[in-house]
Amino acid sequence: MAELQFREAIREAIDEEMDRDERVFIMGEEVAEYNGAYKVTEGMLDKYGFRRVIDTPISELGFAGIGVGAAMNGLRPIVEFMTFNFAVLAADQIINHASKARYMLGGQLDIPIVFRGPNASAGQLGATHSVAYDSMYAQFPGMSVIYPSEPDDAKGLLKSAIRNNDTVLFMESEQMYGMKGEVSEEEDYIIPIGKAKVKREGDDVTIVASGKMYHIAKQAADQLEKDGVEAEIIDPRTIKPLDIETIIESVKKTNRCVIVDEAHPFGGLAAEAGFLIQRDAFDYLDAPVRRVTLPDVSAPFSKSLFDLWLPDAKQVIQAVNSVTYRG
Amino acid sequence: MAKKQQEAFFTPIGLENSTNGKVEKSVDLPEPTEKSHKDLDLSDDDVLSMYEQMYLQRRFEERAMQMYQKGKFGGFLHLYIGQEAVSTGTVFALNDDDDIITAYRDHGWGLVRGVTPKEGMAELFGKETGCSKGKGGSMHFAKVENHFWGGYGIVGGHIPIGGGIAFANKYQENDRVTACFFGDGAVDQGALHETLNMSQLWSLPCIYVVENNGYSMGTSARRHTVNEIHERSKGYGMKSAVFNGMDVFTVYENMRKIAEEVRKDSKPWFVEIRTYRYRGHSMSDPQKYRSKEELEEYQKTDPVERLKKYIIDKKVAGKKKIEEIEERIEEEVLEAIDYAEDSPFPENEALFEDMYADEPHFHDRDDFKGF
Repeated sequence: MAELQFREAIREAIDEEMDRDERVFIMGEEVAEYNGAYKVTEGMLDKYGFRRVIDTPISELGFAGIGVGAAMNGLRPIVEFMTFNFAVLAADQIINHASKARYMLGGQLDIPIVFRGPNASAGQLGATHSVAYDSMYAQFPGMSVIYPSEPDDAKGLLKSAIRNNDTVLFMESEQMYGMKGEVSEEEDYIIPIGKAKVKREGDDVTIVASGKMYHIAKQAADQLEKDGVEAEIIDPRTIKPLDIETIIESVKKTNRCVIVDEAHPFGGLAAEAGFLIQRDAFDYLDAPVRRVTLPDVSAPFSKSLFDLWLPDAKQVIQAVNSVTYRG
Repeated sequence: MAKKQQEAFFTPIGLENSTNGKVEKSVDLPEPTEKSHKDLDLSDDDVLSMYEQMYLQRRFEERAMQMYQKGKFGGFLHLYIGQEAVSTGTVFALNDDDDIITAYRDHGWGLVRGVTPKEGMAELFGKETGCSKGKGGSMHFAKVENHFWGGYGIVGGHIPIGGGIAFANKYQENDRVTACFFGDGAVDQGALHETLNMSQLWSLPCIYVVENNGYSMGTSARRHTVNEIHERSKGYGMKSAVFNGMDVFTVYENMRKIAEEVRKDSKPWFVEIRTYRYRGHSMSDPQKYRSKEELEEYQKTDPVERLKKYIIDKKVAGKKKIEEIEERIEEEVLEAIDYAEDSPFPENEALFEDMYADEPHFHDRDDFKGF
């Protein structure tokens, strides 16, 4: 195992895949000469040159679409968005074209493309720079949505994503790029898309959380342990396909569940997983499933309001207390 | 402020654009080429083949319209009638492995790029034997093996994809040229401008072609976009051309020259081909935005009739030969209708096919009670 920053793990995955497959290239804003807005692509231009590491203008729809066309015509693009908040401008290409063209042309072509970049909020960036989009994209068939929480998952899953022949959205948290973690040194390290991971075992309650929210859940679980509550944490790692079986299995053991989701409450991962748990594990539940999400308001700037807005460990503990009838 | 002035100030189109009932042409057609087919290195057989292709597109769509009116299929039906010289001239000008992509007015493109009338009609009918297995319908004809990448339904949405196809060709150094077609309505979309900028910046081997057929749905070009469309290329330092799209030789001559240049220097072009759409935007369009007189004016330049007259006048072939071709095609189209009618709808299981290339994953499929 090697200790790597999140950004380094992502870089390793891209580097290994570009090295392995000539068809893989990366394009996006500031990926080449600037070495990446978040330094994910640092050194890539020197290694692969301007043909395969391509700076784009600030034209999200345009370069996302060029990626889609290139993927249709035999290449395997990695399209980096400076943040998924800006990728909304390219939503037509991602939703209407990348994920649908295969189906509407009766399976005549594949679109092996990865859209990646930071998802959700950093600190105090205001309403347009703070949205978590994983649940929104998961609504659409034809794409996989990955939101890893640790460098090891990021590396193994991104390599899978690049080899996948359909559209993959790979979401990274802006706040996690510097976070360190042990990463497998196994040669050609691959984690299959769609497999959740039990990241902490416990008998008293299941907490489901991915991406940045996994770390909130972990803080809460550490605190709960001191209070004598053993929380099991399931990190779905991929929002779609969602490995609901692993979640259900855990809920059948703990009989209680709290879902932590960085999206707004309506129709997100928490809503979906909550529905599936009540459907498939109704008889095992000792309390209604609770969720911790953003409130149904846009991100505020003010520090005091922003801290209130983003889910925190305290809210998770409150939710656990509620499902365990401890408070 | 007087009422009229006030209106002039606030109305988006401005009162000066009012035609007071006078016929004002929505698109001015440049002069066609004066060259003969021999000047253009086309054989007599090539010319007859062009005629066959154009007549097929025309009859296919006239019959498709009848079938639509009879309620044989639903959805939108955007007819290409009047524009056949553009598709035909282009396909003859390009190599067979050059890439073509277009918008939702795509039947003509599909047919001339090898979608058989049977596959095409079956697609309109939503049958499993259709070119896109009945999953796409009228707006999504495609034949990827023939480098026809399909019709797309979002105005301007496929323009960057055309750029991407060209990008991949350049990356793979395979010498292919991409031709990306769209209507005049698409020139108002940001997708076009973003793509033109990157194409020029990166020297993508792509020809972006506006088929200016006079109207973006029901709004004529003078009411939906400023200045001359082809001049927009100037802002991007891009080479451009504007020419007549009612004459197949003109399209052939220009597109061949442009494609050769693109193949040589990998610099993109922005081309405006002026043509005219005889039918409504789609079948649900009552066409109140134009007069009968205007339509009749353009029909005098009909591309199919024009080529037929040329063939007879220049003695490329006699009337009898033309009749033979027309009868054969009429029969082929009628057979296509029978084929489409007799073909089965897709099996229920097909609902879930073609969505994924890799391991399919359907969220919560067990709860789907469709069958």
